[in-house]
Amino acid sequence: MTKPSQPAVFAPWDDPKETPLISFENVSKRFGALTVIDKINLNIYSREFFALLGPSGCGKTTLMRMLAGFEDASDGTIRIDGQDMAGIPANKRAVNMMFQSYALFPHLSVANNLAFGLKRSDMPKSEIQGRVDEMLRLVQLGKYADRKPHQLSGGQRQRVALARALAKAPKLLLLDEPLGALDKKLRQETQFELMDIQEKTGTTFVIVTHDQEEAMTVASRIAVMDEGRLVQVDTADRIYETPNSVYVADFIGDVNIIEGAVDSTEGEHATLRWSEGAAPIRAMASDGISNGSKAAFVIRPEKVAISVEEPKDRHNRVQGSVEDIAYLGNRSTYFVRLPDGSLIKSQVANNRRIKQRLITWEDSVWLSWSDTAGAILPN
Amino acid sequence: MRKFTWFNAVSLTFGFVFLYIPMVILIFYSFNASKLVTVWAGFSTRWYGELINNQAFLDAAWVTLKVGFISSTIATILGTMAAFVLVRSGRFFGRTLFSGMIYAPLVMPEVITGLSLLLLFIAIGLDRGVTTIVLAHATFSMCYVSVVVSSRMATFDESLEDAAYDLGCTGWDAFRSVTLPIIMPAVIAGWLLAFTLSLDDLVIASFTAGPSSTTLPIKIYSSVRLGVSPEINALSTIMIAIVTFGVLSVSIYSKRVIERQKREEQLANS
Amino acid sequence: MNISKRLLIAVPYLWLLVLFLIPFLIVFKISLSDYAVSIPPYAPTLDLSKGWAAFSELWSGLDAENYWFLTEDDLYWKAYLSSLKIAIISTFLTLLVGFPMAYAMANAPDEWRPSLMMLVILPFWTSFLIRVYAWMGILSNEGLLNQFLMWIGVISDPLVILNTNAAVYIGIVYTYLPFMILPIYATLEKLDHSLLEAAQDLGCTRSSAFWAVTLPLAKPGIIAGCFLVFIPTLGEFVIPSLLGGSKTLMIGKVLWEEFFSNRDWTVASAVAIILLLILIIPIVLFQRNEQKQREAGQ
Repeated sequence: MTKPSQPAVFAPWDDPKETPLISFENVSKRFGALTVIDKINLNIYSREFFALLGPSGCGKTTLMRMLAGFEDASDGTIRIDGQDMAGIPANKRAVNMMFQSYALFPHLSVANNLAFGLKRSDMPKSEIQGRVDEMLRLVQLGKYADRKPHQLSGGQRQRVALARALAKAPKLLLLDEPLGALDKKLRQETQFELMDIQEKTGTTFVIVTHDQEEAMTVASRIAVMDEGRLVQVDTADRIYETPNSVYVADFIGDVNIIEGAVDSTEGEHATLRWSEGAAPIRAMASDGISNGSKAAFVIRPEKVAISVEEPKDRHNRVQGSVEDIAYLGNRSTYFVRLPDGSLIKSQVANNRRIKQRLITWEDSVWLSWSDTAGAILPN
Repeated sequence: MRKFTWFNAVSLTFGFVFLYIPMVILIFYSFNASKLVTVWAGFSTRWYGELINNQAFLDAAWVTLKVGFISSTIATILGTMAAFVLVRSGRFFGRTLFSGMIYAPLVMPEVITGLSLLLLFIAIGLDRGVTTIVLAHATFSMCYVSVVVSSRMATFDESLEDAAYDLGCTGWDAFRSVTLPIIMPAVIAGWLLAFTLSLDDLVIASFTAGPSSTTLPIKIYSSVRLGVSPEINALSTIMIAIVTFGVLSVSIYSKRVIERQKREEQLANS
Repeated sequence: MNISKRLLIAVPYLWLLVLFLIPFLIVFKISLSDYAVSIPPYAPTLDLSKGWAAFSELWSGLDAENYWFLTEDDLYWKAYLSSLKIAIISTFLTLLVGFPMAYAMANAPDEWRPSLMMLVILPFWTSFLIRVYAWMGILSNEGLLNQFLMWIGVISDPLVILNTNAAVYIGIVYTYLPFMILPIYATLEKLDHSLLEAAQDLGCTRSSAFWAVTLPLAKPGIIAGCFLVFIPTLGEFVIPSLLGGSKTLMIGKVLWEEFFSNRDWTVASAVAIILLLILIIPIVLFQRNEQKQREAGQ
């Protein structure tokens, strides 16, 4: 996973002296009896590329629409630049949005779409054309100024939508699944373009997405949401490497989950009893576990080593038999059935060209991992 | 593999002959020199000449057009508003009654609509004339307009309006510069439908018209009740010609627009 | 809700209340009044100068006498029944003519369809009155149909068609045909053709596939088309008045004559109310059919 190319010091969330651009204080949103957002506290800082990630219905779109001014909070306070946003309508906010459907006005040309917001701002008429040209250059659509939206390809429309939302130089740009309508290849290219434009304009971006790879590629920080709550807010690498819950571990990337009960805790390590007669698993302890409590051990497949010989030097080792092998070109995934019936995935990079596999179906193999490779999380 | 059988061909041929032959005959006999409508006595444009000099018909035509323009414009404004209420307003007090009143006139027999409006005008002491016909026509055709416009509204992407607000529009500005231009084809179609309904209406106009406000359908009805008249044939021919020309040009134009749009979309994606 | 939104609801709402609902209530009120030789020709009238007493006076003056009158005079009974009969028969005839046309349109090559659609819709925009009138010249005793039939020697004396129920049927089928064709065509056009191939693959012949697959799937369109013809036909006035004879009894015509010729507003109002009550049943059934189709479409 690539990290956004930002200076290593860009971590305003760790600096207690920084004041956030956006702050949610105990914000809830209810539609009738249904609670969509449940007492959220969140700070987003200037120049951040912040991703709201979660499955559909988790409340991420509602959170974004509250920033845009299309929904009011039922409880709590939302501040942008220190100002309480309650009662300020969408058309009075220095916030612009790029819509999932792009919402390009079909009856207006590209240039007029870009000028739409400017004509309704206090920008003098003489400067509007200059700003439109500038935006067209930014998204490389100079040739298409006079076209109507239906005369553009999907990727071009996406760029017009982005340019239109940026034209008024908002403090905050909201992007609702901005790349959802593009095919995979175009999506990857566009992700880098988005990051590039964010850096060039210095605008704070908040993106809503259900695509974890997209969030990890573009975002400085990711908020993982579930049922109206924030489960974890952190940088991409920390969310992947040290998820704070089974939900996050399972949602981001591929993971093995072994359920059991905490056997002992000592310092930053803990052990988990998981199967009758098997040695307890030793791994990193996380907050919220105590002796005897129900917990789960989670480990990424690429951190599980597979071997024919018993790796006696490792504390965590189990024997099983190969049930299935998925060959994916650059890597292979082995599905190993343990004696207690659980299935563990081990992923191995195919660094060398192999004529014949060392390990094949039905083989008895050893799986092993280091004490720091996985974590024990409350379940 | 859909197969177009001989049976299909026969039913279409007979069906369209049935649909069009009465009109063809009507047009043909409008050029008949004889006063006896069913006896061909040579080609003549005599009845057209008499029609143009018939002041009563011209007056009625003028009243009809006036009523049509005013009533369909009122109906379009009210019907578009009603469509917005139906599609956008969610729940409000009396919504069921409101949608009932929109749909009921579509199935209400004209004799009842006409009768009830006439009784209202008498009860409030409004003299019957152009005004009463306009009120009556606007009322029943606004319901047709709202059905046409609301079916377009149902497929309207509401994020377009959100985008307009987001870019600084007030409610009215968003309607004027985004919503209205996009639903315009449906609004125009609604206006045309309302106009046609108004031009065509005999029954409601008969109830609500006064002695000085005879419309063309009333005039036609009173002159054909007792039999066929060559002047009416000529008038019908003119009306058929106008409608055919109008409908054909609108449909050819919209077909061209759609085709151009399709071509451009293909070009953009290639 | 802000002021502009309230205004948006209030304007069409008030318009419809004043020009649709209140007139209808007036009809209902007059249907309960008594005929009087006065202007307006009914009693009692609401005299607001008497204040609240006027309402109680009005209330005591209302009764269902006109409705009893409708049951006693068999003219009205017969008119309702004959309207129903004519509406049912002509709906069936329209279906017989319309279905094969819709079916043929659905089977026609793609490039023909817009033009065929146009041909069906065009008469709909043409004046209703003129389309009915066109048949007067054809169906009369010395009209073109009789001339033609006598010329080919099928008959020797002219058939009397104009001013009979037969002419009314022809007129209804002719004018309402597009209403039957369009909904049926809409369902047939959507029909997935691989269903018919599947039926034939499973052993149907072409004709049994039609009865087992096409027809059941076209049912919602057929029902919609039938109601679209049946409902307006029931209250029809122009067709029976121009093409029908003195023996053609249709309730729309009776109402018209009661009002304009007899000037009996109270009975005309009662006739209207009963007609509406009769219409409610097919309208509700039609709504249900539409609802079901919408749900199936989702």
